[in-house]
Amino acid sequence: MTRSAHRTRRMLQVAGVSAAALLTLSACSSTATRSDQGSSSSSKLSGTITVFAAASLEESFEVLGKTFEKQHPGTKVTFNFGGSDSLAAGITGGAPADVFAAASTKTMAIVTDEGDAAGTPATFVRNRLEIATLPGNPDRISSLKDLTRPGLKVVLCDRTVPCGAAAEKALAAGGLKLTPVSYEQDVKSALTKVELKEADAAVVYRTDVRAAGDKVEGVEFPESAEAVNDYPIARLKNAPDPETAKAFIALVRSAEGQKVLSGAGFLKP
Amino acid sequence: MTDTLESRPRRDRHRGRSRVVPIPLLAPALIGLAFLLLPLIALLVRAPWRSLPEQLTSAEVWEALRLSLVCATAATGLSLVVGVPLAWLLARTCFPGRGFVRALVTLPLVLPPVVGGVALLLAFGRNGVVGQWLDSWFGITLPFTTTGVILAETFVAMPFLVISVEGTLRAADPRYEEAATTLGASRFTAFRRVTLPLIAPGVAAGAVLAWARALGEFGATITFAGNFPGRTQTMPLAVYLALQNDPAAAIALSLVLLAVSIAVLAALRDRWMTAS
Repeated sequence: MTRSAHRTRRMLQVAGVSAAALLTLSACSSTATRSDQGSSSSSKLSGTITVFAAASLEESFEVLGKTFEKQHPGTKVTFNFGGSDSLAAGITGGAPADVFAAASTKTMAIVTDEGDAAGTPATFVRNRLEIATLPGNPDRISSLKDLTRPGLKVVLCDRTVPCGAAAEKALAAGGLKLTPVSYEQDVKSALTKVELKEADAAVVYRTDVRAAGDKVEGVEFPESAEAVNDYPIARLKNAPDPETAKAFIALVRSAEGQKVLSGAGFLKP
Repeated sequence: MTDTLESRPRRDRHRGRSRVVPIPLLAPALIGLAFLLLPLIALLVRAPWRSLPEQLTSAEVWEALRLSLVCATAATGLSLVVGVPLAWLLARTCFPGRGFVRALVTLPLVLPPVVGGVALLLAFGRNGVVGQWLDSWFGITLPFTTTGVILAETFVAMPFLVISVEGTLRAADPRYEEAATTLGASRFTAFRRVTLPLIAPGVAAGAVLAWARALGEFGATITFAGNFPGRTQTMPLAVYLALQNDPAAAIALSLVLLAVSIAVLAALRDRWMTAS
């Protein structure tokens, strides 16, 4: 009995000591952060910003968000990725967002037409279409025209979403008529159909082919030059913390931001 | 509402319905009703009434509606053919792991429909576990076909039917069935002539639930069967895609789907579901 009580007391002592040690440690780290902030030029930035961004930007913006939070301690960047059209509809419907990065100027126009953007949107990257084929390209697809071959199962994006509109433009530029097996609701589902080998090919963005790794093989085609998508970014009028929002847009457009984006397959504006 | 019901001649049907409703029940009931109806009213308020006739005369809308009705009905039929026997198996027989099987049957209810669609692709797709044999032996491919739409809708809707029928079977007295078998009927005859008429209202209710769920099905359908006008583009798919760049058209399409489903459900309710 006494022995166990003794042991408990010792354990408490140990716990007390380690708690104290933890306190000191955290005190150290908090001073460290503070001095970090002091040395940083833009120490005034704070708060959480919400960025609405096109689904194709997910991988690169996640990286840039982490970079931003590291550069400006005390800030937090949260993302909402989705189809540009649904995001635009959300913003005009009053969704709380600070920055909007769209996959087409048309979807950005929905927001600017409603007067929800602050200032003029700036194009920060461009994206080009590519054909995604099965790994190893077993159907030997080398051009957009090859996709019109009978028996080939091709999926396109629906023309209501940017990648579908771009594909339509490219096909028109090549004077081609293509009947796909499906008009998918967004670019990721078009790509998924090829990844699962349900379709033989899909017309998607270069960045999606890059992100899919070796699950698909990309084939470039000249008609894609006729259907290059501009990605505009804009600060929104209702941003509660305009300085932080501005700083995030600056990071996206900086050399550092562009490096991340071109690594994902985006083209310079 | 209660008044009109009370004034009907067949009073016996309304036994147990009283005019006195305790407030603790009435208040939440009304809140619940308002919560369910407000979004629908908002849809009506914001509907583009002026351009509605023009929206509704497009051939694509009617094609999508026709396809929706055909596929939802076929999916309900398929669910009845295999779902009622499955419900009977779960309610009337004893086998090890029955509780587990029942849980598995309800799995599509909790699975996000898009995940259900991917699962269907993995099973019945061109490269799927079963699908690759269907493809190489019979030359049947299901994705991107109307049959694919029906399968996707059946997958999502059948659990509603199974649960409903199983519940009715459990509530029904098994002694009628037993009496029939002791009088010489085979178990199947007893099921067909005694059990089935007994549980008909439950089957009808389950079928209506399954039909309604199939009619509104979106995620599994677009994932498994894709989206092609006239072949796999049902109304919910048309609504979703219209929402992308023409919300007014999307609302108009939703109204059509709502009107049709309300008409069908009301008609069915009067004919079948009051039989109890």
